[in-house]
Amino acid sequence: MKNAIIGAFAAGGAAALLPQAGFAQTEIQFWHAFTGRLGDLVAEQVENFNANNTEYKIVASHKGNYSETLNAGIAAFRAGEQPHILMVFEVGTATMMAAEGAIRPVYRLMADSGVDFDADAYIGTVKGYYTTTEGEMLSLPFNSSTPVLWVNRDALQAAGIDPDTDLSTWQAVGEVLDQLKAAGHDCPITTAWQSWVHLENLSAYHNVPFATKENGFAGLDTELAFNGPVQVQHIGAMGTWAQEGKFIYAGRRNEGGANFRAGSCALFTESSAGYAGISTEAEFDFGVRPLPYWDGVEGAPQNTIIGGASLWVLEGHSDSEYEGVAEYLSYLSSTAVQAKWHQDTGYLPITAAAGDETRSMGFYDENPGTDTAVIQMTTNAPTANSKGLRLGSFDQIRAIIDEELEAVWSGDKTAQEALDSAVERGNELLRRFERANS
Amino acid sequence: MNAETNCCVVSSAPTAKRFGPGQGRNSSPGPIRTKSTLEKRVTFKGWLLPLCLVAPQLLISAAFFFYPAAQAIWQSLFIPDPFGLSSQFVGLGNFEFLFSDRYYRASFLTTAVFSTLVTIASMVPALFLAVVADRLLKGGTTYRTLLIWPYAVAPAVAGVLWLFMFNTRIGVVTWYLGLLGYDWNHALNGGEAMGLVILASAWGRISYNFLFFLAALQSVPRSVIEAAAIDGARFWKRFFTVVLPLLSPTTFFLLVVNVVYSFFETFGVIHTITSGGPQQSTTILVYKVYADGFVGQDLGSSAAQSVVLLLVVGVLTVVQFKYIEKKVHY
Repeated sequence: MKNAIIGAFAAGGAAALLPQAGFAQTEIQFWHAFTGRLGDLVAEQVENFNANNTEYKIVASHKGNYSETLNAGIAAFRAGEQPHILMVFEVGTATMMAAEGAIRPVYRLMADSGVDFDADAYIGTVKGYYTTTEGEMLSLPFNSSTPVLWVNRDALQAAGIDPDTDLSTWQAVGEVLDQLKAAGHDCPITTAWQSWVHLENLSAYHNVPFATKENGFAGLDTELAFNGPVQVQHIGAMGTWAQEGKFIYAGRRNEGGANFRAGSCALFTESSAGYAGISTEAEFDFGVRPLPYWDGVEGAPQNTIIGGASLWVLEGHSDSEYEGVAEYLSYLSSTAVQAKWHQDTGYLPITAAAGDETRSMGFYDENPGTDTAVIQMTTNAPTANSKGLRLGSFDQIRAIIDEELEAVWSGDKTAQEALDSAVERGNELLRRFERANS
Repeated sequence: MNAETNCCVVSSAPTAKRFGPGQGRNSSPGPIRTKSTLEKRVTFKGWLLPLCLVAPQLLISAAFFFYPAAQAIWQSLFIPDPFGLSSQFVGLGNFEFLFSDRYYRASFLTTAVFSTLVTIASMVPALFLAVVADRLLKGGTTYRTLLIWPYAVAPAVAGVLWLFMFNTRIGVVTWYLGLLGYDWNHALNGGEAMGLVILASAWGRISYNFLFFLAALQSVPRSVIEAAAIDGARFWKRFFTVVLPLLSPTTFFLLVVNVVYSFFETFGVIHTITSGGPQQSTTILVYKVYADGFVGQDLGSSAAQSVVLLLVVGVLTVVQFKYIEKKVHY
């Protein structure tokens, strides 16, 4: 045991010394949250960059899930050990934006280093999430997805429903759920990320505010506003379906995904990035449909918003290292890298050029439905209600929303009661965040 | 300091049970008296040696307890930003915010229910198993070894195991319950969620308690039990009137240790199984400290909660040693 430990230290020490023995490369630390297939794909991007670059070496480290990666980055910053590049999920955006002394905005990094970079190459709904109201890009969009409706076509067929039936509105979905239930199906619909899909995106898609002050974009004094009639109607309907055994709630994250991929649920609202898992695991004929909307709500369907992560550059390193960071970010936003990432993962092509290239390669014709998310995001120009969310303490607010929604699904509260309570509790956190950052 | 202070006088038998500075503050030379002839005490002259003897413990307490505790109290008066770039003094604002939150107030009850049930659910079966294993004539070692295994499983891993068995759709237990007509869904039902985290937390702990109970049982003098048997007491009668009282030091020790365990170390289980849900029905105080501090980045509130927790555990310790320990016969 003791020898093993000494051996491990020796090996670690040797590994740390060896690269420096070669030639002086500037190391750039990149902390991310991806494992499995996504982790492999990130590693591939890094390897390709390192292979074609002698001056800089990107060192990618996995730091746990999204929340854990953000926490690791923050803790490291407090200890003065921060990485150069930190992956932060969209929920942490407001936290990062408020930390002015801790971050180096991407637009400034790129201008200082003189690296070729065009922020306008990114599609509006993606870029808007990570730019200031003046249009300055603060972090580099990395992986972005948007919710869509996944369909188990075999399950519909088995219940005697045409698999190509209309599912564009929630009214139509409601009828299909009735038929599935009548046919004895025990999981007509399930969901992942309930707050993201059924409140955040629902609000944007129906062009109603999720929070005041342009969903938080226009100021820290924003207040939650998702207890309006559209949201109450939707959550109320979902609650009724839950009571009737048509909507099966599986958990706060993407627990429902296992049920859908195993073929036990017929419909599934989940991120377009669910494609990677569903296409490899599902042993049934599946389809992708746009997220349904409520027919009769004015302005619907508007556009959906993104989820995912962006790359933040942290302060406290030397200028020459930031040159390397700029090189790497520029490489990541190149069309070839973006197009490959989009096709491999189901994440959105976040530059317009990557989308065009994918289309011209014939990818969408070979994999029908993979462009559903792109169309859903880009058909309409985003409004103040649909360009995204920028709310402090949003991870905690989501937890509150999860709790209140669970109360609706279990029948403990009505939709109005639950959403009112979530708004009230969430606002307290927003006030605390405002206080801590003003 | 003179040389005299470096020596000590053992005033009674060297097998003295309790050591303490005793009359050490009496630094004047001369004969040293013990308080009572019944109580065996070692007394020291002067301060230096006793101080040296307790210094390591004091240093450890200072570095790992007093300093962090003081820091938590200090931090609880501020709302800092996550990166530590700025912070605002709010006085008792963090505490006001906490106690105005009815979910926080509710988590006291949740914690009480949870720790009581975890303690009972881990001690009673352990005692039963120990009694049974103690009576085994053949294969006792094998049983004992097997019963100790679950203790080697880390709480987070135990959480995942139980979660897998009770998974709302593919869990094997859920499936059997379904056959019995019971629809298990701990993702929505707070009572079921609580039951599951209690079960998962107590499971690994049974092994630990078993170990202690078994050792204690084996040190119960045979003669006492035989005497009771001759008087005509049957097994369970002997157990409740003779064995159980003799086990009381072990039981008390395990009670303290298990309460502390259920307060602070069940975190991994809760995190993997319920994340404190549904509707905070499994959010115990410690879990909320984590969730607010490390997920929500609200370090001010998290520090205030630590201070509250410190007080709760302090009160609990006093109660345990002042009232329950009195019933223990050493």
